[in-house]
Amino acid sequence: MVIRSNARPGLWSVRGPMNQRSYWLFATTGLLVPLLAWWALASAGLVSKVFMPGPVDVWVRVLTWAGEDNLLGDTLISVYRVTAGWTLSAVIALPLGLLIGTFRPVQALLEPLTDFIRYMPAVAFIPLVMLWVGIDESSKISIIFIGTFFQMVLMIAEDVRRVPVAQIEAAQTMGAGREEMLELVLLQSAKPALMDTMRITMGWAWTYLVVAEIVAANSGLGYAILRAQRYLQTDKIFAGIIIIGLIGLITDQLFRLAHRRAFPWMYRKS
Amino acid sequence: MDVSEVVSAAPILAQPKISLRGLSKVFGEGSGATVALDNVDLEVGEYSFVTLVGASGCGKSTLLRIIAGLEYHTGGEVVANGKAVAGPGADRAMVFQHYSLFPWLNVADNIRFSRKLKAHRGDFTSAEVEAASGRAETLLNLMGLKAAARAYPNQLSGGMQQRAAIARALMPRPPILLMDEPFGALDAQTREVMHDLIQYVYHLEKTTIVFVTHDVEEAIYLGQRVVVMAPRPGRIDSICTVPLPAQRTQDMKLSMEFIRLKREIVERIRETSGMKTDLELLEKLSGQLKT
Repeated sequence: MVIRSNARPGLWSVRGPMNQRSYWLFATTGLLVPLLAWWALASAGLVSKVFMPGPVDVWVRVLTWAGEDNLLGDTLISVYRVTAGWTLSAVIALPLGLLIGTFRPVQALLEPLTDFIRYMPAVAFIPLVMLWVGIDESSKISIIFIGTFFQMVLMIAEDVRRVPVAQIEAAQTMGAGREEMLELVLLQSAKPALMDTMRITMGWAWTYLVVAEIVAANSGLGYAILRAQRYLQTDKIFAGIIIIGLIGLITDQLFRLAHRRAFPWMYRKS
Repeated sequence: MDVSEVVSAAPILAQPKISLRGLSKVFGEGSGATVALDNVDLEVGEYSFVTLVGASGCGKSTLLRIIAGLEYHTGGEVVANGKAVAGPGADRAMVFQHYSLFPWLNVADNIRFSRKLKAHRGDFTSAEVEAASGRAETLLNLMGLKAAARAYPNQLSGGMQQRAAIARALMPRPPILLMDEPFGALDAQTREVMHDLIQYVYHLEKTTIVFVTHDVEEAIYLGQRVVVMAPRPGRIDSICTVPLPAQRTQDMKLSMEFIRLKREIVERIRETSGMKTDLELLEKLSGQLKT
C-alpha cells in the first residue's frame, strides 16, 4: 500500500483542484480525440466520402474555397450580417431591458409579451420578413434580430434585477435619485453581467445565420453551406460548419479577454 | 461614577432628532397581513447612541428601515431632523450588514460616492470640493484604510469592508447614522475592535446613532439606551438606560452593572420571544433514546 504524505486532494475529488498543466492536457485530449476518431473513421474507408469526408478532404476544400470561391468574401458578409443584427438588437434591448429590470410597471407591460414572442420560431418569420422588409440585406439582418432580440431583452432585465438590494439601498440613503440610480448604480453594477449576456447572445446570433441566409442570399457562409447541400459537396458543408464554429470560438474568447480588461476588480483577489 | 450623574449629563431632549409616535407597520393585506410593528413610541435625542435588541421577528430592522425611509409605515408618524420621513434621504445615512459597497469602485471612490452624486447634480462649489477631498482623506485615516484606499471591496476582509462602509456613510456628515447589524457577520475579535472604533467615531462626529443588533453585549457596550423589542406583534418591551460612563472601555464588560443589565435583558428577550429551552422535553427525548 502506498501512503501519500501529501494531503492535496486528487484530481477526481468533488470540485478538486487542477493545475494549468493538467488542464491543458485534458483540454487538448478533448479536442484531439474526436479529430483523430473522425480521421480514422474517414480513412478506414468504411463510410462513403459523400457521407463523411475526412479532415484532409475538408482542409483541401477550405483551400480551394479560399482560392477560387471567395471564402473571405463569404466570411465577411456573414460577419457583417451577424454583427449588424446583433448590434441592432443590443442597441434596442439595452435601454429596454434596463427599464424592465428597474420599473415594475414596465416589467408588467413588456415582459409577458416578450416572453410570448421569444417562443415563436424565428424561422417561421421568414415569409413575413420577406413580405415586409424585402429580400435585400435588411431581411437577413431582421431574421438575426428576431432570433436574438427577445431573449436578449429578458436576459438584460434579469441582469439588472440581480443587482444586490443592499447596493441600491446604500445609494438611496446617500441621496441618489432615480436617474442617478440608473446611471451610477444599476448600470455600473450590472455591467459585467451585461457583457456576458452580450457574449452569449452573439453566439445565438451566429446560429441564426444559416437560417437568415436562406432568404434569397447569394453570398455568405450559411448560403455556401446550403448550396453545397444541393450539389452534395459534403466536404464544403463540413468546412462551412467548422469555420462558423471557429469564428464563434474566437469572438467568445475576445469577449472574455475584454471582460477581464474592462472589469479588473472582478478578477483581483487579495 | 454615579448612575444619576451620567443620565443628567446626557443632552436635554429639547427637540429630538428622531421621533416615532404610534408607529405601526403591517406587511401584506387582508388575511395574509402580519403586524410587524405595533404602536411604537420612541424619541432619540441629538448626539445620542441608541441600540435596538430583540429576538428575530421583533421588527427591529423594520423599525430602522422605516426611519431610513427604505420601508414605509402604515400608521403613526415618523419625524427625523424635524421633517416627516417620506422616503430615503442623505440626512439619514445607513450602514448595512454586508454587500453594500460598490464592487466596481475602489475604497476611496466608494467613500467619495456621495460627493460624486452631488457633483453629478452640479451643486458643488470649489471650496466644497476641497473640503470634501480633505474629508475623504480624514475618513480613510480615521478608519485605518489608508493602505487599502485603492483596493477593491472584494480584496478586503469583512472587517475592512465594514470600515469602508462606515466611512462612506459618514462622508457627507449625516446628522443621523443608522446601523443595521453592521458587525453581525464579523468574528468576535474584529467586532471588539469595531466597537471601540465606532465609539470613537461617535464622540468625534457627534452624530445621532441608532444601532440594531441581536447581540445583547454589543447593545449594552455601545448604547446609552438599550431598546428591548418583543415579537408578535413587534413592539418595544422596555427601554434601559445603561449605567456606564459615556467613554466605554472593554473591561467595563466585566463590571457588575454590565453583567446585571445583560442578564436582565437576556431574560426579557427569552421571556418575550417564547424561545425558552424546554428542559423537560429534552429530558424525555434522551430518556427515549436510552431505552
